Amino acid sequence: MSSIGTGYDLSASQFSPDGRVFQVEYAAKAVENSGTVIGLRGKDGVVFAVEKLVTSKLYEPGANKRIFHVDEHIGMAVAGLISDARQIVETARSEASNYRSQYGIPAPLKYLNERVSMYMHAYTLYSAVRPYGCSVIMGTWSEHDGPQMYMLEPSGVSFSYFGCAVGKAKQAAKTEIEKLKLADMTVKQLVKEAARIIYIVHDELKDKQFELELSWVSKDTKGRHQVVPREVAAEAENLAKQALADIEDSDDGEM
Amino acid sequence: MSFMGDLMNPAPLWHNGPSPGAFYSFPGNATSLRPTGHTVQDFRAHSATPITTTTTVIGLRFDKGCVLAADTLGSYGSLARFRDCNRLQKVNDLTLLGAGGDYADYQYLRDIIEQKIIDEQCIGDGLQLKPKSLHCWLTRVLYNKRSKMDPLWNNYVVAGVQDGEPFLGSVDKLGTAYEDATIATGLGAYMATPLLRDATEKGPLDEESAKALVRKCMEVLFYRDARSFPRYQLGVVTSAGVTVEEPVELKHDWSLAHMIHMK
Amino acid sequence: MFRNQYDSDVTVWSPQGRLHQVEYAMEAVKLGSATVALKSKQFAVLIALKRAVSELSAYQKKIIPIDEHISISISGLTADARMLSRFMRTECLNYRYAHDAPMPVGRLIGMVGNKMQICTQRYDKRPLGVGLLVAGYDDQGPHIYQTCPSANFFDCRAMAIGARSQSARTYLEKHLNTFMDCDLNDLVAHGLRALRDTLPNEVDLNTKVILKIILLTSLGGWNADLL
Repeated sequence: MSSIGTGYDLSASQFSPDGRVFQVEYAAKAVENSGTVIGLRGKDGVVFAVEKLVTSKLYEPGANKRIFHVDEHIGMAVAGLISDARQIVETARSEASNYRSQYGIPAPLKYLNERVSMYMHAYTLYSAVRPYGCSVIMGTWSEHDGPQMYMLEPSGVSFSYFGCAVGKAKQAAKTEIEKLKLADMTVKQLVKEAARIIYIVHDELKDKQFELELSWVSKDTKGRHQVVPREVAAEAENLAKQALADIEDSDDGEM
Repeated sequence: MSFMGDLMNPAPLWHNGPSPGAFYSFPGNATSLRPTGHTVQDFRAHSATPITTTTTVIGLRFDKGCVLAADTLGSYGSLARFRDCNRLQKVNDLTLLGAGGDYADYQYLRDIIEQKIIDEQCIGDGLQLKPKSLHCWLTRVLYNKRSKMDPLWNNYVVAGVQDGEPFLGSVDKLGTAYEDATIATGLGAYMATPLLRDATEKGPLDEESAKALVRKCMEVLFYRDARSFPRYQLGVVTSAGVTVEEPVELKHDWSLAHMIHMK
Repeated sequence: MFRNQYDSDVTVWSPQGRLHQVEYAMEAVKLGSATVALKSKQFAVLIALKRAVSELSAYQKKIIPIDEHISISISGLTADARMLSRFMRTECLNYRYAHDAPMPVGRLIGMVGNKMQICTQRYDKRPLGVGLLVAGYDDQGPHIYQTCPSANFFDCRAMAIGARSQSARTYLEKHLNTFMDCDLNDLVAHGLRALRDTLPNEVDLNTKVILKIILLTSLGGWNADLL
């Protein structure tokens, strides 16, 4: 980034001489500083997992969530500035609600993705506002379209994914996700994988405390986005801890 | 397209209250200098008559909950036009809603209430709209609509359980609201209310006797009310939840009318 | 003139992905006097230190009642807090008008967060330079929330903000596990001790400082108002 500090990087409405909009890239940096968020799309649904970093012991356990419901059938997991992300959640909710009142059916995720990314993109166009400092992953399952998942970035760009990761350890998480045969896996299997991935990419030295947040939307939940039931989540978390302990043991063995 | 209004941003359901989310408006600025009175257009009469209508809703409170019943006929004037107009709605685990009057107006408000429930589920804090809150909310909406000379032509009956106590309340198209142990709207107010009051004055009912009484009222109303229908739905709400049964056919026997004709 | 070239507007991201204007606004919270909030199973308590600008002036306002079941304690720019409290009062009033029930605390906080975020993203606005501790009581029991100028908010078991509040937080963290089962007197005592830790050693909480304590209980509303 040779153009940093040359004055072309102070406004979202300004290109640098080499054709980049630095403010958008800087906003993406804010996302890179946040806890890791992954989304996995299996054969019968979508699973979200969030590494929610807990910065104070005084916070209520389990509160201050990073996974939201957008509509009955759509979930959203967010990385980056949580206050920015909540605005995206609000926008998505009102889009979903408007679609329902207009057409009387739940909004298709493809449509919602289009609308929300247009909204995020609008914030990359003007000097009077700044781009959003968050990325969001949206997922749903329907009888007609099966599982679907999109990730939206601060630039307003969005793609459909089989598996995606954002936040601090996105590279490590992506590597792990690529090892999975996502298209053959059920959400029940994916929940365990998702928990395991979050546990192994978590950096214990830099961020001490974290909470694992899990949600899913699948055929089994009848297309409704839900927080993963406590027993299932606890089992996945225990397996993840076990997997982590095994890795550490084998590391010790080699040394 | 102006006749459609702004579909994406519908007008708020009430006006002139404190506006949520607004910033402090300094005295003397352009908006606060504008005359606050109504304009001539504001007093245009909108809907003066209902079009497709439904008739009585019966509500009855018993010891552990409430029962509601309503037939499924949509009348177009005196024509028995639509035969499957369901108008008992499960709002959430605590609340059941019944409606009579203009069917389109009911469908409009039903969609809004359904979205209200979805919004609440999205928040995900585990709190649910309570029957008294819905009753109050309906009162505000209906009263404010009527104050704009544009009423929603409906009677609503809210049944539910709140803090372990059964709740039964009603709101009409003018925003008149009350709670009672027995509620019957439309023609039922004249013919079912005496039957219901007779029974409840003898002491609290249990679920089965309440249901039997309501079924009896539906039968009486079918014989007497010319805009009624022998097919009706019955819904029950207790602390165990809300159940709305599939429409049932009423057994009727017009041979007794023969006696009247003979006269 | 500036500490760096990326800190003049809220609309400018730094190359590290930080918003300096928002971070500076967070500093404003530390300029106010300290305030502590904590809760047990039945009670939520707010305690605040009231400073006087001069010998002749009245003690500043620190705790602002919002509704029968919600109260806030502020640190930072008082004027910004007044704007927020007015908004919160209006929302609570509207909720009561429409639903005949007290506003759920978490939902109010969500609205405050969304309102505060707007002014962290626009050229013609600045972030609100105030932090709030919100104590409330609803169907799910007592709540303590903390809000920041960054428009972030946190559901807390106990919290302290304002000048030298780190020492109060240290105290709270140390005794966190005992709060839930505390009776009212013990809870207030813990709050007072946490607050004392924010004062220089030579200042005594009993003689030098005016306190305001407010309690939210299941019995209905903020009632005890000890000075």
